[in-house]
Amino acid sequence: MYGEEPLFGLLNRIGTLVEGHRPWPRYRLGRDGWLRLIEGLAGNGWSLLGLWGEPKAVHAAFREDFSGDVAVVSLDCPQGRFPSLSAVRPAANRLERAAHDLYGLVAERTTDPRSWLDHDAWGVRRPLSDQPAAPVPNPGPYTFLPVEGEGLHQIPVGPVHAGIIEPGHFRFTANGETVVRLEERLGYVHRGVEGLMQGKPAAQAARLAARISGDATVAHSLAFARAVEAALGVEVPARAVWLRALMAELERIANHLGDIGAICNDAAFAFMLAQTSQLRERVLRTADACFGHRLMMDRVIPGGVATDLPERGAGLLLELVAELRKRFPPLVAIYDGKASLQDRTVTTGFVSAELVTRFGAGGHVGRASGRDQDARRSPGYAPYDELAFEVPVLTEGDVNARVWVRIREVEQSLSLIEQIVTRLPAISRGLDHPSVALDSGRGGEGMALVESFRGEILTWVRLDGEGVVTRCHPRDPSWFQWPLLEAAIGGNIVADFPLCNKSFSCSYAGHDL
Amino acid sequence: MLKHILTSLTSGPVTETAPAPADPALAELAGKLDKAARARLGRSLSIREVDAGSCNGCELEIHALNNPVYDLERFGIRFVASPRHADVLLVTGPVARNMREALLRTWDATPGPKWLVACGDCAVSGGLFAGGYACVGPVEAVLPVDLRIPGCPPRPTDLLAGLLALLETSAAR
Repeated sequence: MYGEEPLFGLLNRIGTLVEGHRPWPRYRLGRDGWLRLIEGLAGNGWSLLGLWGEPKAVHAAFREDFSGDVAVVSLDCPQGRFPSLSAVRPAANRLERAAHDLYGLVAERTTDPRSWLDHDAWGVRRPLSDQPAAPVPNPGPYTFLPVEGEGLHQIPVGPVHAGIIEPGHFRFTANGETVVRLEERLGYVHRGVEGLMQGKPAAQAARLAARISGDATVAHSLAFARAVEAALGVEVPARAVWLRALMAELERIANHLGDIGAICNDAAFAFMLAQTSQLRERVLRTADACFGHRLMMDRVIPGGVATDLPERGAGLLLELVAELRKRFPPLVAIYDGKASLQDRTVTTGFVSAELVTRFGAGGHVGRASGRDQDARRSPGYAPYDELAFEVPVLTEGDVNARVWVRIREVEQSLSLIEQIVTRLPAISRGLDHPSVALDSGRGGEGMALVESFRGEILTWVRLDGEGVVTRCHPRDPSWFQWPLLEAAIGGNIVADFPLCNKSFSCSYAGHDL
Repeated sequence: MLKHILTSLTSGPVTETAPAPADPALAELAGKLDKAARARLGRSLSIREVDAGSCNGCELEIHALNNPVYDLERFGIRFVASPRHADVLLVTGPVARNMREALLRTWDATPGPKWLVACGDCAVSGGLFAGGYACVGPVEAVLPVDLRIPGCPPRPTDLLAGLLALLETSAAR
């Protein structure tokens, strides 16, 4: 962007480069440098990609959207305190609160110091810090933000919801039917994934990565695998790289089909769900026949893939593509032609382009509000550099736009599957599975950015010389989308919340870890 | 739309034949249901699903039970919105400590006679999350479990077989 300072220009001035961090550079900053960084962030458009803690250090990742440059910055904080980024990057707030709850790091001058993942139920405070503390005796209730005004009432919802969905709490403040404010309280599904990964060999930690968020199991596995491979400098066989993309696109299609139907179902148009759920079932069965698991869990592993495509796989996949190309467009026509549906989705749940940019929200949430960002293209990873696909971008920012981005993505993914199946590299002789052994005796730090169906996943990992995970931070795209849902619902009626929520389809488990 | 409806009417059902009730599940349940409960339930079951810390994988497959291919409702089994309407709590996940209280309250809000089904490896054994600071472990560490449906996640046919066993046992006179 004109007038902006290059990200690397600033970081080279204020930080020192850390060796052995791949594929993007990591800079170590002093406290002054960190303050200078906050100043720089205020005047520049760099996106926050993630923020995570360690017992005595804090790390953050940024991208300069214009050039695609990515960098990690680190600050040692022996006192367990660091200046907060939340005033210049509001998306950092919940990540800082999570770092506090898990590692005991205090964000100074933060915009919101309340606990986030810690609900005073673990029996321990700051469990991953050097010195975990005893639980608070008689903890007080969580304080929601104050709301004042005549005629306002509150509607508490959750953590157990009416549908078959994950747990989380929503506190609506409404004036009549109109929602004035929504405040989310998450963390109910916190299972301690980061803590469980520590001290496990990469292969075992990968099983945890596959269960960060069940609907994005391929994408999270891929992000973890790529981060490990980057850290160890391992080259994956070409066939495995292509098979991974194949699984990722199958996962994208299955999820989009399910969600498109569910959005319509929330608008009382059950016909669409009945139809798209049949198509989704068709995709899952093909995945099962090709990879031996309906959701393809544990099929992407560090070093390659756990299973090869069977002989009849290519045929099954091409049949699937042909069938979806026949059966999906008539459903799209019905979605587009039903006034009762359009009445509910058009102009509902609007999110501005400014807000998605400010929060760095990706996936269909960002792309429906004009943010043209897709990790498959920038920074990009194999094999997508050899495949032809478009990234659909709309600007309306409403539920309807998010549905249309998903529809277009289904079409693109079908084309991608076709391209991958027809050009799949042959298996190298002598290999049972297209994967390589991860040599021990090497360690390092690695990071990966992978596009899930929901948006960009960042995974950062540090391995010791034995190939054991010493620290891993998987950042689900939902971290930057949940806060925008609060903005999207404002001014809409309570009954439109399911539509807004479903059109975002944020992950609870992926966010809560 | 009209074309779709006509096609649906003429092309026959997409719903598949149900699996037989799972034998191990029948055995597990046999001793647990008393006569009064059986008489009250007849041949229908209302299920309240509770995610107590799952990765959402189980939920995806539970959702699939409602699609036209598995069509759970043909058996008189349906998912309900409130524990007040439920006969069965279908619990997934390794019971995150942050969800323990909510799970207990949901169980307390369910009127008797009631059953608890642990769904998926996490709910059955704690899965990969057992032993961490954030999870209790298997559901049975919190509440008495009547039926276990393992799998990661269980396939819809496994879920269906387990639920049919529950229905068969509860309806048997």
